[in-house]
Amino acid sequence: MGHDSHPVNIETPKSNYPMLRTVAMVPMFALLVFFGAEITKDLPYPVLSTIIFFPILGAIIVLLMRRSNEKQIKWTALIVSLITFLLALPLYTNFNKSTAAMQFVERSTWIRSWSIEYFIGVDGISVLFVLLSALLTILCVTVSWTSITDRTKEFYASLLLIEGSMIGVFCSLDMFLFYIFWEAMLIPMYLLIGVWGGPNRVYAAIKFFLFTLVGSVLMLVGVIVLYFNTDRSFDMLRMMNTNYPFDLQMILFWAFFAAFAVKVPMFPVHTWLPDAHTEAPAAGSVILAGILIKMGAYGFLRFNMPMLPEASKALAPTMMVLSVIAIIYGAVICLGQTDLKRLIAYSSVSHMGFVTLGLFALNMQGLQGGILQMLNHGIVTGALFLLVGIVYERTHTRLIADYGGAATVLPVYSTLFMIFTLAAIGLPGTNGFIGEFLILVGGFTASKTLGILAATGVIIGAAYMLWLYQNVFFVKTNPALLEHDLKDMGMREMMTLIPLVILVFWIGIYPNTFLSFMDASVQGLLDRINSAGQANVTAQIVEVLK
Amino acid sequence: MNIPFPDVTPVIPEIIMATVASLLLLAELVFANKKPLGYTGVVVSAIVIYLLPLCKGEAFGGMFISDDFSVYFKMIFLISLILTILISLKYLQIEHADFGEYYSLLLFSTTGMMIMASARDFILVFLGIELMSLSLYILCGVKKHDPRSSEAAMKYFLLGAFSSALLLYGISMVYGLTTTTDIYGIASYLRQTPPTLPLMLSMILIIVAFSFKISAVPFHMWAPDVYEGAPTSVTAFMSTAPKAAAFAVLGRIFFTAYQTFEPYWTTILLVISVLTMAVGTIMAIVQTNIKRMLAFSSIAHAGYILIALIAGTNEAMNAMKVYLMIYTFMNLGAFGIVILLEKGENISDYNGLSKSHPFTAALMLVFMFSLAGIPPTAGFIGKFYIFMAAINAGYTWLVIIAVVFSAVSAYFYLRIIMNMYMKPMSETVGTTPSLGLAAALFISAIMMFAIGLVPSIVLF
Repeated sequence: MGHDSHPVNIETPKSNYPMLRTVAMVPMFALLVFFGAEITKDLPYPVLSTIIFFPILGAIIVLLMRRSNEKQIKWTALIVSLITFLLALPLYTNFNKSTAAMQFVERSTWIRSWSIEYFIGVDGISVLFVLLSALLTILCVTVSWTSITDRTKEFYASLLLIEGSMIGVFCSLDMFLFYIFWEAMLIPMYLLIGVWGGPNRVYAAIKFFLFTLVGSVLMLVGVIVLYFNTDRSFDMLRMMNTNYPFDLQMILFWAFFAAFAVKVPMFPVHTWLPDAHTEAPAAGSVILAGILIKMGAYGFLRFNMPMLPEASKALAPTMMVLSVIAIIYGAVICLGQTDLKRLIAYSSVSHMGFVTLGLFALNMQGLQGGILQMLNHGIVTGALFLLVGIVYERTHTRLIADYGGAATVLPVYSTLFMIFTLAAIGLPGTNGFIGEFLILVGGFTASKTLGILAATGVIIGAAYMLWLYQNVFFVKTNPALLEHDLKDMGMREMMTLIPLVILVFWIGIYPNTFLSFMDASVQGLLDRINSAGQANVTAQIVEVLK
Repeated sequence: MNIPFPDVTPVIPEIIMATVASLLLLAELVFANKKPLGYTGVVVSAIVIYLLPLCKGEAFGGMFISDDFSVYFKMIFLISLILTILISLKYLQIEHADFGEYYSLLLFSTTGMMIMASARDFILVFLGIELMSLSLYILCGVKKHDPRSSEAAMKYFLLGAFSSALLLYGISMVYGLTTTTDIYGIASYLRQTPPTLPLMLSMILIIVAFSFKISAVPFHMWAPDVYEGAPTSVTAFMSTAPKAAAFAVLGRIFFTAYQTFEPYWTTILLVISVLTMAVGTIMAIVQTNIKRMLAFSSIAHAGYILIALIAGTNEAMNAMKVYLMIYTFMNLGAFGIVILLEKGENISDYNGLSKSHPFTAALMLVFMFSLAGIPPTAGFIGKFYIFMAAINAGYTWLVIIAVVFSAVSAYFYLRIIMNMYMKPMSETVGTTPSLGLAAALFISAIMMFAIGLVPSIVLF
């Protein structure tokens, strides 16, 4: 844009005042959320069903629009996702934190002959992910605003379909319903990666689909076996209170492991993730990193632990070892990456290793830390992918070597990147610290060796993230970088990231807001795990006495 | 001697179908435009569907029975017939194969299937099969000027005749040993005798004969060639209704006549089922012609349906019916799209379809995901029901094999979607839309979601 004569065009366009407009927009957005929360608090409507089906309805509306009217499509998608978020706010304001029971429950018969119900509800474990899904979708819409130009209609429809099914996954309390959402999500996600992704998108999309599908169908077998062992019922609450024989638990654990470990992804089955994350468009990466891979960890929390408590206890050491391998392996691989997105993708493997380590430590700190770290990872890695997407839109390269000295050209951008880099490392004051700290405490309690090994992962984590930051933003300015039209962040892009910045510090400074949501539920889960084994021992003693 | 006139109420649907088919043959001479004949077929089939539940009972001394089982299957045949006629109307004109006999033969073939579903006597089974097959042989060759079509007809005829001979041989052996062709008579005889070698042989011959009809491995060789060569509308029909008919007979024979032989035929079918899934899935991956791919896909689906037969419970029989119903809709939908696209036989012809024809591509996407068994489409419900029934019957390991193949099979369905959505357009493919075709596609697509979300509509 006419910087032929000037080698460096640091000036931001004066006419736009993106900073000023952002500063003006933030309070407006905050007010919107505040009043939204106030209004929705007292409105009597079925919260969960509404936020599951409103985006799906939105997707249908988008699909019915005229293809040429891109502006209308984009605005509809944005408004639908915003309204969904506002409608989800009662989950925050009206949530009863003192109980481990399911809340906002809706229940009605769906398929009578198979005793399948439409049964949804949230507890302290799932509620935060519902809110995070609703929030991240808005950001996915805004970050794609200018970068998606091909088949816009299908793109935003897919995005909204994904939102609906994501929320459905976290809310389902009927196994069949859960499976429907879990699998249905694959279709729009497959399209999102395959149609709007990077150069190698087709391969990545099909790899993603087949990996997850193989895992899921094995889980389906497990689900059906569980169904027949629960008196032909898919009711998850009932399953959580049924004590299955130990051998059956072990087999089912592996069946569910197949699905969840692929999603997380845990060490041996993680290979789809770098491809999928790297090739997906920014919005796709955010959903993958932010929500989709959390569904795997959520699956462990929701199914394996309460339904198969003895098997979970018996296999916890195995899981923890796999987690530690993922932590270190993922981190070491990051050190050798040349591609920005690939590096962040592999760091996800490492970070999700922390999550599963915390979960399978099977103690209060570990579980809480694991759940919080799921949230943190969604926020931080989501933000990092958003940031990479933003710069990719300008430079069309993801190679770290093509950057260098970007801090001089993109000051606002590099500041935001810094915040999330530090959060990813786990600097005290950011959310990453709280999560990793709790996980390590839990990990040490469970096993000293694994705790120490996991802690090395934190160090390597700092090494690759800082190395990345240094090579992209500091060092000598890369002349190739200046050939692009490098505008610093616009208002839309800043507004996309500011909610996440707020969350980084909110969780980092006052995590209790979020931890208090899960206290009761996590305690309930722990009680379940601890009591199940004892009941069995008692049963065995009784058996012997007979 | 005064022979009372039998109560023909249960046979009324078949009588109507056969009469209308014969009348269509006559009307064909009068009408220059053959479309009204097709519409007549649609209307009559719809009326017969309505009549079916009203005509339950036995006729001809128990040779013919119209029960829930057969009524459901007859509905499948008739739905398949209606959709086939709807997708044929314009296609035949384009292919210059616009003969009035086409519709008549379709109706005759369906009548044969309806007799098969209701037959409780081996003689009647054979009659039904021959009526169905002979009509289909001719239908395959309806594109007279196309050597591939004639080749398909010839191949289908030879192998079909071969399998009929095997079936007859099996039937005659059973008759020789048990002195009856009545399925219940055979059942009560077999209950009192230990399984002897000739009896086993007769059972194996019958299994082989029907394996040809459902194109189960290793008797599937004809399917890809015939499916490829036959007119696409006939392929669509052949891949759904006759298969369902063969499964209906298999279900009835093995659950009544050979019930006491269950351990033996389960073992044989187990091997056939696994082979069928494996060969169907793996061969479909390497196909470049979509009709051949769908042929192998339908072979793989036959493998899944066999699981229901193996499980052998009432629940499994219901699962089989439901699966075939769903399969009929999704397969006919997929073939409908193949017909909609001019020269859309190569998989690469689908490149970039989502850009040139977004709506067609979206419909195909639905059918492909349904065939792959991904929720919330109907295909998932079908698979789920079969797997559930099989696990309940204790065949968990078979189901694990099946789900793995089903996951692998997603690959070749995804390949079509990949071509449509993720590859650049190679050349613009024209479409040949027509009202009938559109109606068939809409019905199928809506059923995909309707059954997928409210399965109760097909669970009865």
